[in-house]
Amino acid sequence: MDEKNKFKLSKSDRLKVFWRSQFLQASWNFERMQNVGWAYSMIPALKKLYTSKEDRSLALKRHLEFFNTHPYLAAPVLGVTLTLEEEKAAGEDIDNAAIQGVKIGMMGPLAGVGDPVFWGTLRPVLGAFAASLALSESWLGPIIFFLGWNIIRMAFLWYSQELGYVQGGNITQNLSGGLMQKLTQGASVLGMFIMGVLVPRWTSMNFPMVISRIENAETDMIDFAAISEAANEGVLSGDMLRNVVADIQAGMAIQPEEVTTLQNTLDQLLPGVAPLLLTLFCVWLLRKKISPITIIAGIFVVGVIGYVLGILG
Amino acid sequence: MNIFVIILVLLVAFLAGMEGILDQFQFHQPIIACTLIGIVTGNPIQGLLLGGTLQLIALGWMNIGAAVAPDAALASIASAILVTLRGADVSEGIALAIPLAIAGQVLTIFVRTLTVGIAHAADGKAKEGSFRAVELLHLGALMLQGLRIAIPAGIILAVPAELVTDGLNAIPEWLTGGLAVAGGMIVAVGYAMVINMMATPKLWVFFALGFALSAVGELNLIAMGIIGVVLALLYLQFSPDFNQGGGGGGSSSGGDPLDDILNDY
Repeated sequence: MDEKNKFKLSKSDRLKVFWRSQFLQASWNFERMQNVGWAYSMIPALKKLYTSKEDRSLALKRHLEFFNTHPYLAAPVLGVTLTLEEEKAAGEDIDNAAIQGVKIGMMGPLAGVGDPVFWGTLRPVLGAFAASLALSESWLGPIIFFLGWNIIRMAFLWYSQELGYVQGGNITQNLSGGLMQKLTQGASVLGMFIMGVLVPRWTSMNFPMVISRIENAETDMIDFAAISEAANEGVLSGDMLRNVVADIQAGMAIQPEEVTTLQNTLDQLLPGVAPLLLTLFCVWLLRKKISPITIIAGIFVVGVIGYVLGILG
Repeated sequence: MNIFVIILVLLVAFLAGMEGILDQFQFHQPIIACTLIGIVTGNPIQGLLLGGTLQLIALGWMNIGAAVAPDAALASIASAILVTLRGADVSEGIALAIPLAIAGQVLTIFVRTLTVGIAHAADGKAKEGSFRAVELLHLGALMLQGLRIAIPAGIILAVPAELVTDGLNAIPEWLTGGLAVAGGMIVAVGYAMVINMMATPKLWVFFALGFALSAVGELNLIAMGIIGVVLALLYLQFSPDFNQGGGGGGSSSGGDPLDDILNDY
């Protein structure tokens, strides 16, 4: 019994791996990416499973191979690898290539889930919600963002690592099956919907360029001259003011000119149409492999020129 | 400005730099980083407002695979210092944040190249079977990423305040005005990055629906979130793609897609 338990990782071992996996990317490098972080996360388990210097050296080398996935989706891969290492330490015939094969085989599809779910949906939606609170000077903004994100993240890291640990190799089958696809698709539906909401609401574009000025006929205008005269002579009465309000409500003009800007015209056409077109144009540019930074720089140039010419404001 | 403020600002900067690579606790996100700088410098509301605005711009900045995104950490920390301690406006802070994000991106690419050396050093220590050495190398790399933001923050603090203020005042009106205009439009790039990652032909209808509903001002973001989750669940229930096998997944969910995975587990 004792002999067998030697090669079993306890819950506290697995918790240590979970804690360390949060530092997965600390030494992210362009050559083998998350490799040192992966080894760092595995060390509490390797320490327990292997005692001789030679075994430890081999184990470390095995886990310093290339690895890169979404930093949170590394958790289920860690879970599976922990099981494999237990079996290997107990003497089963699992070679390095098999372990590396499991890691490589899982990391691609999992990154494909993590990117749209965490970076594409959860962070923008939570971030946008929190930002709207922050802009109304509410401290709940940063607090909700921080707590919400970290509770979800830590729960995900721990439970998906445990899922990988319990299910071992079977998990790959489960993950490539319906569950992960559902999660990704569902998150993408939510994400696309919220993006549709945010584009016109929070992109601020204004075209103050005047398209037309129409002079209002004197009969359509409120006679402010008469009112100020009455006020100066001290004969301004409540009835006069009441009449003015009634006239305004009846649609009489306040300004001598009716000014229509480009923005007014666009708003009549479809509110938010300019931000929509800008966003779609940016998507198109991104698909043409233009880097975001180039696009941002381009928008700065357009913004400055548009402002100087009085088209944008 | 007393020494404690400087130390706290540098600490926050260091934390943001570490998170810029880890991407776990999110201390590098503008809404957290700018708010923290605001709190330690005694201008919390300015920090909060800058953080909220920058957060909207940085929504789509994500590291995918080996691609490095514009750096939210340096953008947040440096512009928050300029706004809270050097009297820049929030709109100037936003305009400055973009070049800072690019500078931060260059710096993280530099550190991520340096760490190739750390990976090789770890190989050497692995031969000796030394866990401790590998751990120290790994955490050492994390320190480098922290310094990547803390050092620029220190430089900004070290430059005499008048010099920075004069520099900010020397920016002509047409430029600040233009940058403010551009700042309002730049959010679109972030949205485009998110959309570009998720959009498939089938999903554009949900974007269209969101756009149409956004004109209804009474629907706040929470209401929109509920509608979005309902749409997602309905889509999963009714789409033929998911109805060969069990189907109806997520009907027991309390609303968050993550609940699904936990329930199934």
